[in-house]
Amino acid sequence: MDNNYNYAFLDEGSKREIRRASLKAVAIPGYQVPFGSRELPIGRGWGTGGIQLTLSLIGPGDVLKVIDQGSDESVNAVNIKKFVGLTTDVKTTVKTEEATIIQTRHRIPETPMKEGQILVLQVPMPEPLRIVEPREEITKKMHAEGDYSPMWLLLYESLIRYGRITVASEYPCLVEGRYIMNPSPIPKFDNPKLDGADCLFLFGAGREKKIYAIPPHTRVIPLAFDDVPFEKESFPGRRCRLCGSGGTYLDELFDSATGEKYYQCSDTSHCQEVRGCI
Amino acid sequence: MAYVAVSGGEEAIEASIRLLRYYRSGSDKDLDLEALENKLSLLVDRVMGEAGFYSRRYAALALKQSEGCVEEAVFLLRAYRSTLTRKYYSTVVNTEEMRMVRRISAAFKDIKGGQILGATYDYTHRLLNFSLAREDAPALRESVRQELEAQVPLTVEPCTRVSSELKGEGLIDSCPEDDANPFDVTEALLEFPAPRSARLQTLARADTGFLSGMAYSALRGYGLAHPTVGELRTGLAELCVPYPLDESQSIYVGEILITEAETFTEADDKDRLKLAVGYGAVFGRNENKAIAMAILDRELEANGPYPAQSEEFVLTHGDSLEMNGFLSHLKLPHYVTFQSKLDAVRKTRGGKA
Repeated sequence: MDNNYNYAFLDEGSKREIRRASLKAVAIPGYQVPFGSRELPIGRGWGTGGIQLTLSLIGPGDVLKVIDQGSDESVNAVNIKKFVGLTTDVKTTVKTEEATIIQTRHRIPETPMKEGQILVLQVPMPEPLRIVEPREEITKKMHAEGDYSPMWLLLYESLIRYGRITVASEYPCLVEGRYIMNPSPIPKFDNPKLDGADCLFLFGAGREKKIYAIPPHTRVIPLAFDDVPFEKESFPGRRCRLCGSGGTYLDELFDSATGEKYYQCSDTSHCQEVRGCI
Repeated sequence: MAYVAVSGGEEAIEASIRLLRYYRSGSDKDLDLEALENKLSLLVDRVMGEAGFYSRRYAALALKQSEGCVEEAVFLLRAYRSTLTRKYYSTVVNTEEMRMVRRISAAFKDIKGGQILGATYDYTHRLLNFSLAREDAPALRESVRQELEAQVPLTVEPCTRVSSELKGEGLIDSCPEDDANPFDVTEALLEFPAPRSARLQTLARADTGFLSGMAYSALRGYGLAHPTVGELRTGLAELCVPYPLDESQSIYVGEILITEAETFTEADDKDRLKLAVGYGAVFGRNENKAIAMAILDRELEANGPYPAQSEEFVLTHGDSLEMNGFLSHLKLPHYVTFQSKLDAVRKTRGGKA
């Protein structure tokens, strides 16, 4: 632990400000709360929103898990864990059920999260309406007025053109029937995990200076038409090559020697648990 | 095994950092900070400006640490800045009182207070000077010192800006004095429409190349007509902070080198014309950035259909840390989202996922 810096890097005033913004976000599920995002020694656009949330929340009693693409060992996850460790000495884990705070990029763990746990998601583009309107001034009004017709139109046009909705990750969802929210670039596969969950989801966008939240037991519904249900990514007939799981999100890999395609769990710690390695 | 590619992150990072040491170790010659600070001073100015952090020594250190990469150096200073407590806002600086080292006007031949050409590369021939490849630095320093000592120093009196003459004539709008604390974009989210103080702060901290390109687009027809540089001045401005025990008193804390530009453009004034002013001020001697800032200040005030006139477009895309942070994040793994994209693309083609 580097004692030249304050506990968890940021000064206490900054941490308090971030917690205040988080509380407001919890009180208005799905609403993007602006905050004075601080600059960190980690690249802006590399998860600084999530890191600021983690730094503002973390205390000596916490157990931290950091994942990127579902993996605890991915370079970015390792780097973030190292940075938090440098200024906190907090205990870390790879086991989902052991962690009090999990910071993640692009995935929600396969193991369901429990009451008392917080999942901190890193968000590049918090504004779900950005794909239909580039100007913040206008999207703020659209949210205020609940005017989401351009978004519905986008989905409808995709349906007409391709016969299905082609939005990949970052699939927009409606939170408690009020705000449309960007769930961060998680795959559609993970969207249903946000609905009626037992844990708290906090979303941090450092570069865009926004925090938003989904408190436990909140209704989070991916946008879909009555006659065209929401459709997740699917891996029909595929199983993880290592643990044999069939119901998980799979990475598609190519054998470096033979070029043969194979599949493997994206959530590496879940995969290891199934195999009894951890 | 192929999946090693996605694990083993920790060792890979350590090895990568060792390789950076290798790249910095290419010569036995050290990069002396004093030399960097004083002999790459325009680079130091640029880094300090984009970082929003005035320290020549730390800017030089950041450049040394980052192999001279401007955005990395800005990044280091910004991150360091986050750890510092903000104790004061300075009192309002009246730049008319700066100790000028250069002052020119492209609008009038003769201006009150006079023009001072000062140091500029504008009138040099850009021919590579091969003799600098082997330069005797102490001899250079000594000869410049002797030259200076042989001269009788002139005093430069503080003087009003060119624009104040035109304001007196009613050709430029006069605004009421407003010494309210500025909106600070480093402490709060910039929202639109933005107050002018937020606009100016954002432009002053913006990436030099971005501002130059945006201002250039406005000059080339994607904006208003050709502005005139009413005044460009560089000098040392004194900074004071309020005295904590008596707010009516202030304490001098030091001086900073800044460059300030004012541009004039003709604008509608009901059935007549007037001159509209654009304002730019940046750390150090970064003249093109100051001029670009002044141009964009005016373009944004005018508002219009072009990118350089769109406040949200200009103010959200010019921050070095933000643009380079987000661009570089594309190098991070996107296995999950790409898998999702593949799924979406394959399903429209009727194939199996």
